[in-house]
Amino acid sequence: MTYTWLCIFIMAGVSYLIRVLPLTLIRRPIRNAFIRSFLYYVPYVTLAVMTFPAIVEATQSPLAGALALAVGVVVAWCGAGLFPVAVSCCAVVLIAEFFLL
Amino acid sequence: MKQTTVPSGRFAFDRKAFAEGLRDGVPIGLGYFAVSVSLGIAARHAGMTPLQGLVASWTTTASAGEHAVFTSMIAQATYLEIAIITLIANARYLLMSCALSQRMAVDMPFWHRFIIGFHVTDEIFGVTIARPGHLVPSYSYGTMCTAVPPWAIGTAVGIMLGNALPARIVSALSVALYGMFLAIIIPPSRKSRIVAGLVIASFALSFIAGRLPVISALSGGTRTIILTVLLSAAAAILFPVHNDQTEGGEAA
Repeated sequence: MTYTWLCIFIMAGVSYLIRVLPLTLIRRPIRNAFIRSFLYYVPYVTLAVMTFPAIVEATQSPLAGALALAVGVVVAWCGAGLFPVAVSCCAVVLIAEFFLL
Repeated sequence: MKQTTVPSGRFAFDRKAFAEGLRDGVPIGLGYFAVSVSLGIAARHAGMTPLQGLVASWTTTASAGEHAVFTSMIAQATYLEIAIITLIANARYLLMSCALSQRMAVDMPFWHRFIIGFHVTDEIFGVTIARPGHLVPSYSYGTMCTAVPPWAIGTAVGIMLGNALPARIVSALSVALYGMFLAIIIPPSRKSRIVAGLVIASFALSFIAGRLPVISALSGGTRTIILTVLLSAAAAILFPVHNDQTEGGEAA
């Protein structure tokens, strides 16, 4: 119980600092090319690493997860927003597992 | 948040901008709710109560960050690990806040920065930065009012419903977050071959890292940190980005 609350507190605190420090401290654009580039790539790598193979392991049938990944990539590639892509992935799993399980 | 202390003219409460913010926040809130229910399922595995889920989502408002922390909590990660995982998973907000800071008028009362900073998310940042000219605080507060409560409530609902929901539904909802991640990383991959290559390399190394002898013994969160730092640093050295590319265009 204490562990959970402390984790929530740390997560909230660190998240707030990440968001508020640039707003309050950095008044000018970062000039260092390496840091700029590093920060630019970080979100893509983090999210990609967290998505695969986790998406395949999250579903009851790994094949359904793989199909959700494929459909999600295609739908996002076609320019759909966050919500439509998320819903498409869910729908694929729901339909696929109906046949697979 | 309303017309309180500093009566500095154009930064007083702006009813019209606030209403526009409320309007733009509605579709964001609807999307958040669905994804947040799926996040609640992960939170449930971490042994969280609905109240804890509500507080966690309200105070952190970050899908990837919360998901990474909840999964780490299942593995009983240390407090230092939790802090580092939050930092890594939410590092993109650092960039977004940098971009937002460039859009803030010099004469805007300083305290607005402390409130706006609380809910810098991919979507709220996206609609905020899409408006021309200097940032209007009332607009940001409007988006927060309709977008953030569904996010917080959804997590609590996910935790409560976790067991009541049929396994098929849980299985389907559990990919919603990954779908949202794909929606963030795929469109820039289409525009940039470098980003596309990086995403594929991340998928591949993440898969391999989960199977290598020593590395697979580390927690998932730690592997995420190591891979992110290594791959992003390698990409930054091999393919440095020019200033105009990093001006927030990738974020929304």
